[in-house]
Amino acid sequence: MPHTEQPSTARAASSAASLLTQPVRVINIGLESFADELRAQGVPVTHVQWSPPAGGDPKMAALLAKLGM
Amino acid sequence: MTDIAARIDAANAETVRRIMSAEPVLIDVVAAREALPHLADRTILHAGPPIGWDRMCGPMRGAVMGIAVFEGWAADLAEAEAMAARGAFKFEPNHHHDCVGPMTGMTTGGQMLLVVENRSFGNRAYCAINEGLGKVMRFGGNDGEVLDRIRWLTSSLGPALGKALREMGGIPLKPLIARGLGMGDEMHQRNLACSSLLLRLLAPALARTAADTNELAKNLAFIAANDQFFLNVAMAMGKAMSDPARGIAGSSVVTAMCRNGTDFGIRVSGTGDQWFTAPVEMPVGMYFPGFTEADANPDMGDSAIVETIGLGGFAMGAAPAVVGFIGAGNASEAAVFTRAMSEICIAENSEWTIPAMDYCGVPTGIDIRLVVETGLMPTINTGIAHKKPGVGQVGAGIVRAPRGCFEAALGAFADKMGVG
Repeated sequence: MPHTEQPSTARAASSAASLLTQPVRVINIGLESFADELRAQGVPVTHVQWSPPAGGDPKMAALLAKLGM
Repeated sequence: MTDIAARIDAANAETVRRIMSAEPVLIDVVAAREALPHLADRTILHAGPPIGWDRMCGPMRGAVMGIAVFEGWAADLAEAEAMAARGAFKFEPNHHHDCVGPMTGMTTGGQMLLVVENRSFGNRAYCAINEGLGKVMRFGGNDGEVLDRIRWLTSSLGPALGKALREMGGIPLKPLIARGLGMGDEMHQRNLACSSLLLRLLAPALARTAADTNELAKNLAFIAANDQFFLNVAMAMGKAMSDPARGIAGSSVVTAMCRNGTDFGIRVSGTGDQWFTAPVEMPVGMYFPGFTEADANPDMGDSAIVETIGLGGFAMGAAPAVVGFIGAGNASEAAVFTRAMSEICIAENSEWTIPAMDYCGVPTGIDIRLVVETGLMPTINTGIAHKKPGVGQVGAGIVRAPRGCFEAALGAFADKMGVG
């Protein structure tokens, strides 16, 4: 019986190759400067605004946790 | 949910209930001496948190000099400056006396004040009458033209407005705001609709109570020519609505935001009347021809009381036209500002809705915990004053409340809750 499905290694290789041969599409989370750099090179980017809770300040994050957040 | 979270939630729910159940009514215009009989001689109330002459910015000093001449405490600006420098005047925040004032926010005994009564709670709040655009005292203007206009507001328009308002039994403000939001106002940098609606309500009563036709015509023309006339009414309303929400134990909701051109200050319900301050930021915006950001003064005024109750920058979605005026981006981005502010508020006001955002209510009840957690600082629509005394307005823009106020308030609030 002919086997039509590609082996998993072949599928992975094909996906990896497509990264190099097809246009890059990027979702950027956090630092907007990464998205700006890619946009400057003509790469389509969807930027998602995100920052760590309390801007990453551990003292403020600890206070928030004590205040029910 | 932890016990402390439940306690804060209950207190915050009560805080926004008080803000949103207010019934503000513009009832009168009265002499400041009558409204504030306890004001000591040579007291000048100013915008923002407490500040002395030594730390005041240029336009605030300019306004102090001008108002001292208006009050007859000094013969000219130079004498007023010398008197201020040697401590001849007592400076206190408007907020400590049931008052608010835009930009420099000068309030003194000789002026006439708009009176807004919150009929749900019985408290009153006061604000001087808007002087119009251009070279005005709220932006630090202080020459003869500026002082003559204040004299006219005191001798003619103020008494006429008071008479008209008393005759008609006052003007309920909540329905006016609701209509204004539907007509493109956010009640801070755009008051075109509400100024027009107010004039429409006032005009018949002004006519019925006028003693002199020429003066009536002048009064009507002054209001009609000033798109920002309603701002000071909205501010007194904001103060009247937010004051009953002060001092609720366990509440992390902001009850006042203001700035004096040097510091930005906030009050939080659960920490009473304590101010939390940080250096005020520069507005980012558009400048009138001939001026640039090099001319600009850091942000000023008690007007952020309108953002405190969900208007101004928080209601930007209602006012796409203002986004371009203040240089904040495209009109199509107006809703982005309102959505961002809803991230730091705990409620929506169902009586004040934004048609273009599927009638969502304006974000109300700024929770300092959400501000610190998200890093989204309250957006305030503002005018920009020249940094030198006496010049006046040079532009309009937006400014963010500084993070430092909210972090300091969070620390104090945690102490109050016993977890600091």
